[in-house]
Amino acid sequence: MTVRQARDGALSISGVSVVVDGNVLVDDAAFDAPSGAVTALLGPNGAGKSTLLRAVSGIHRPDGGTVEFEGADLLAMRRRDRARRVALVEQEATTELPLTARAVAGLGRTPHEALLGGRDPSSDDVVTRALTDAGALPLADREVPSLSGGERQRVLLARALAQQPRLLLLDEPMNHLDIAAQLDVLALLARLAADGVTVVAALHDLALAASHADHVVVMSRGRVVADGPTAETLTPDLIAAVYGVRAAWTTNPLTGRPLLALD
Amino acid sequence: MTHTRGRVVLAGIVLVGALVLSISFAVAIGPADLTVGEVWGSIAAHLTGSESPLGVLRDGIVWELRLPRVLTAAAVGAGLALVGAIMQALTRNQLADPYLLGISSGASLGAVTVLLLGFAVFLPLAAFAGALLALAATLALAGAFGRITPTRTVLAGVAVSSLAAAVTSFVIFWVATGDAYREVLSWLLGSLAGARWDAVLIAGVAVLVIGIPLALTGRILDAFALGDTTAASLGIPVQGVRWTLLGAGALLTGALVAVSGSIGFVGLVLPHAVRLLVGPGHRALLPLSGLVGAVFLIWADTLARTVFEPRELPVGIVTAIVGAPVFAALLVRRRSEA
Repeated sequence: MTVRQARDGALSISGVSVVVDGNVLVDDAAFDAPSGAVTALLGPNGAGKSTLLRAVSGIHRPDGGTVEFEGADLLAMRRRDRARRVALVEQEATTELPLTARAVAGLGRTPHEALLGGRDPSSDDVVTRALTDAGALPLADREVPSLSGGERQRVLLARALAQQPRLLLLDEPMNHLDIAAQLDVLALLARLAADGVTVVAALHDLALAASHADHVVVMSRGRVVADGPTAETLTPDLIAAVYGVRAAWTTNPLTGRPLLALD
Repeated sequence: MTHTRGRVVLAGIVLVGALVLSISFAVAIGPADLTVGEVWGSIAAHLTGSESPLGVLRDGIVWELRLPRVLTAAAVGAGLALVGAIMQALTRNQLADPYLLGISSGASLGAVTVLLLGFAVFLPLAAFAGALLALAATLALAGAFGRITPTRTVLAGVAVSSLAAAVTSFVIFWVATGDAYREVLSWLLGSLAGARWDAVLIAGVAVLVIGIPLALTGRILDAFALGDTTAASLGIPVQGVRWTLLGAGALLTGALVAVSGSIGFVGLVLPHAVRLLVGPGHRALLPLSGLVGAVFLIWADTLARTVFEPRELPVGIVTAIVGAPVFAALLVRRRSEA
C-alpha cells in the first residue's frame, strides 16, 4: 500500500531493511526527502523511526538497500566523508563529564579536523555560529551535566550544526522542550532548510509536524506507508489507519495556515 | 577557551620542569649524601664515556641503583596514569583503571607462580604472559554472550580478576614458605626495589612506543563523550577505535606490571586530579596525566624507600595511602558540586 510519488529528492532511500536479532525493525523502506525543505518522519512509537534514521546516517549499517544523498552513495562513503555531510541529533545523548557547552558543540568539528593534530582556528567561529543558531550561546561556558533537558537539547543541536552538515537528521529533537522552545527549534529547522540543508526529523507531535513540515514520511510497523507533501499525504484516512485517531484539516485562526485537528 | 589553552601549555611546561627536577633530586636523596650536581656529573660521565667524578661506590649508587629505579618509576607512573585516563574514557566509567580487564590479576598469577617455583629470572616474562592471558580470557568471556560491549567487558574483567586472584592465593597458600611470603607480597603490592636498567628498557620502550601514540588520541576520545552513537556520527570508527585503544592500553599495562607489580591508585586517581586542573578534554588530559603520573610515582617511590630506612615499603602501599584519601576528597568535591 506504499503511496509513493516520484520526485527528485536530495535524499533518496530505497529497499532499506534493518534486522536486529531476527526482528525486522525496518522493512524495505523507501522515501525521498527534498532539499530546501523540512521532512517530518512520523509514526507511532516503535514504528522504526529511530532505527531508520540511524540506518540513513550510516551508524547502523542497514541489512539491505541504498541511501543516496545529492547523487552520492552515503553507505559506500568513508565515515569521515559521510560525517562532513550528515549530522545526527540523537535522543538522550548526554555526558557525565563536566564539559562546557562550547566544548560539546566543538565536537561537531571532529570530522573536519585532523584527528591527531591541533585545532583549526577557524573552527572557533563555526562553533560560535552554531551555538548562536541553536540558541545556546548564553550557555556556552556552562557545564553540560548542569543544564536542563531543554538547554542540553540546544547544545546537542549546536553540536550537529557545527558539523556544517548538508543533511541534518534529528531524532525527536523537541523532547524535553517547552512549547516556545519547540517552535524555536522548528523555526531554526525551517531556516536551515531555506539555506539548502536537507532536514529530516522524527517527530511524535503529529499536529506540530503537520503545520511545520513541508514534507512527511509516515511509518508503521517498520514500513514506510506514505511519503509526500504534508497536506496531500496526511489524509484523515491515513492517520486513522496508522495512529487509530480521528483527524481533520482546518485553518489555524492565528496564522491562516492549514491546521491538523485531532480527536 | 584561550584561557584554558594557556593554562594547559603552562601546566605542561611546569610539569616537564618538575619531572627533570624530580629525577635529579630523587636520585640524590637517600643514604650516601649525594648532591644534584654529583648526580648530573655521574650521568654526564656515563653518557660521554668519560671517567665519573664520583668514586666507584657512589657512582654505582647513582648509575646502577637509583637512576634506573627513578626512571622506571617515571615510566611506570606515566603509563599507568595515561592508560587510566584512556580506560575511563573508553568505558565511560569514572572508576575504570588500567587493571580493569583482569590485567594485574593475570600478571600477579604469572609472577607469583615463577617466584614461588624459583624461576624469578623469568618474572617479567611470566607477568606479561599472565596479563595477556587474562586479557584474552576477559575478551573471550565478554564475547561469549554476543556483541562485546563496554559493560560486558568490565563485568567479564571482574570475573577473570576474581578467578586469577583466587588461584594466586591458592598457589601462595600451597607453596610459599618463610621469606617467599614477603617477596610475593612485595610484588603483589607493587614495588620498584628491584628496578635496574632492564626494567628501564622494558617500561621505557613500552611508554615510548605505545604510550606516546596513545597520548595523542585525545580528540578521538573526546568524540566518545556523548556515547558511541554520537562518536559514530562524527565519523569515528567506534568499534575499531575501542579495541585498538583497549588492546594498546592493555599491552602497555602488561609491560609496566611486568617490571613493577600492580601499583594501585595511580591510574585511577591521577586522571581525576588532572581533570580538576585542566578540565575533562582529553587532548590536554592524556599528556598531562602522563607527566603527573611520572612525577607522582617518582616521589611515592622515594618515600617508599626512605621513610622507614633502611627498610623499604612496597610503593603500592604509599600510592594507596596517598591515593585513597585524595580519591575520597575528589568524590566529596564532586558531590558538593552536583
